[in-house]
Amino acid sequence: MTATRFLPAAVVGLILLFLAFPIVVVVVVSFSSATYLTFPPPAFDLRWYSAYFGSEDWLRPTWLSLWVAAATVVLATLLGTLAALGIARLPRALRIVAAGLILSPLIVPVIVVAIGIYYAFSRYGLVGSPIGLVLAHTCLAVPFVVTSVSASLAGIDPRLEQAALSLGATPGGTFFQVTLPLIRPGVLVGALFAFITSFDELVVALFLSGSGAVTLPRRMWDDLRFQIDPTIAAVSTLTIVLTVLLMGCAHLLRRRAERIRTA
Amino acid sequence: MSEAVAHSERGPLARIRVMSGRDARAPKDVASRHAVPLLLAAPLLLFMLVFYALPVATMLMRSVSDPVWSLSHYAGLADDAVFQKVFWNTLYTSVIVTLGALLLGYPVALALVRTRRWAPLILILILLPFWTSVLVRSYAWMVLMGRHGLINEALLAAGLLERPLRILNTPLATQIAMVHILLPYMILPIANALRQIDPSLARAASGLGATPFRTFRQVILPLSMPGVAAGVLLVFVLALGFYITPAMVGGPREITLSMLIAQQVDQLNWGYAATLSAVLLATALAIIAACYRLPGIGNAFRMNTR
Repeated sequence: MTATRFLPAAVVGLILLFLAFPIVVVVVVSFSSATYLTFPPPAFDLRWYSAYFGSEDWLRPTWLSLWVAAATVVLATLLGTLAALGIARLPRALRIVAAGLILSPLIVPVIVVAIGIYYAFSRYGLVGSPIGLVLAHTCLAVPFVVTSVSASLAGIDPRLEQAALSLGATPGGTFFQVTLPLIRPGVLVGALFAFITSFDELVVALFLSGSGAVTLPRRMWDDLRFQIDPTIAAVSTLTIVLTVLLMGCAHLLRRRAERIRTA
Repeated sequence: MSEAVAHSERGPLARIRVMSGRDARAPKDVASRHAVPLLLAAPLLLFMLVFYALPVATMLMRSVSDPVWSLSHYAGLADDAVFQKVFWNTLYTSVIVTLGALLLGYPVALALVRTRRWAPLILILILLPFWTSVLVRSYAWMVLMGRHGLINEALLAAGLLERPLRILNTPLATQIAMVHILLPYMILPIANALRQIDPSLARAASGLGATPFRTFRQVILPLSMPGVAAGVLLVFVLALGFYITPAMVGGPREITLSMLIAQQVDQLNWGYAATLSAVLLATALAIIAACYRLPGIGNAFRMNTR
């Protein structure tokens, strides 16, 4: 209340404009009728969207990205959720080592991860194959699943599991009927993060895509090297809509889970 | 990527510890108590080992084993003019970007915490770009800063320029776009620290006659420093590894360490690329290790370091 008087709203408004404006410009340009980038656009037109939806060159990478992201979600969520359940009960020393390995992709510069994986995968024929991309993207996505599931696990009242056990439920029954429903929001948030991590990923794809497994970000990158026609703006707008929808879901889920936990 | 890092004010491991304490009381024998958790974690640990840790480690080994076992690659860096130029440029860019993000981020964090009415809108304006991919945001800056981009057209139309300015493909373009991309990583930890300040402290200060500015300078600002430290470290370390953005909007001569690494891999200079990778990784880890004892850092990176 007090210090805002010294930080005029105008300054904050300008900084927020700086944050949001580039995104708005891309969306506006995607609806432009002009062949080159002019702003504001001379007229409203959907031609770049029909160019995108009419081109195999764009649709094929889109489907590949969706498939790779979906497979990454399955693998990362399964492995990550199991690991989060296990890590929570490991002795301290082992827990530190395990968490260090699993979470390290958040800190190791992505170029180092990318060329390391490229170096190994090129020997096993995993370059230019969607399988190689799924394996690599899973490594990048897993930290988000593990942190998200661990957070919901820590929020569970231990008495609920104890009550189920003392009422005669088997450990398996307790897990499926008590623990799993309670951590479901965390698992779901982790899965959404895993999807976006894979769907937006470019640096690993630059090395692993080859010519046989070109993802959508890779296709956009290649296109930007040669020309900037507003088809890219249309593709960008579609991916913005998709990621904002999914991340919005994750954000609301997490907020709701936190509210339930603190209630 | 690391939204989880930014949001880890109370890292998961801190919570995990509480849980295992509870389990420790369970009257079971030690071996079977640890067998099940290990079995649950084993598939992922094995997966990460095979598809991530070993590949990266083997690649890094090339820096000392290519073509024969020696430290000559590292020794060579001492008088490698290209490496030194690129390394200093990477550090310099990271410093500028971190300062820029701090300068622009602090006021927004303050506004986010102080206004009840506008907070949801401010949060949306922060998260909207945050959730958009780095590639799309870099492309957006290409559109804005190009020769016929919006910035040039607007300045020309306003009569402030006679010829279009060259902004795209300059170091300035990289710095602007990187500040834009990393700004949320600065805002969110600072806002978190500000939110944890007891509001009665500010009331006490003004009750004792401090002007609002003095209250800010002597009470709020010092208490928000853990958040500032976390944001600065996060932005700086992430900036060190930037590749896509400088490659797209940056100058052809001011390349970053990540770009040089990619270039060397393209030319199959694995020994040199591995050496550069080791230097990049060591720099990032050294900075995190050096800052780890600062208050607030434990929060930002807790899940990775404890």
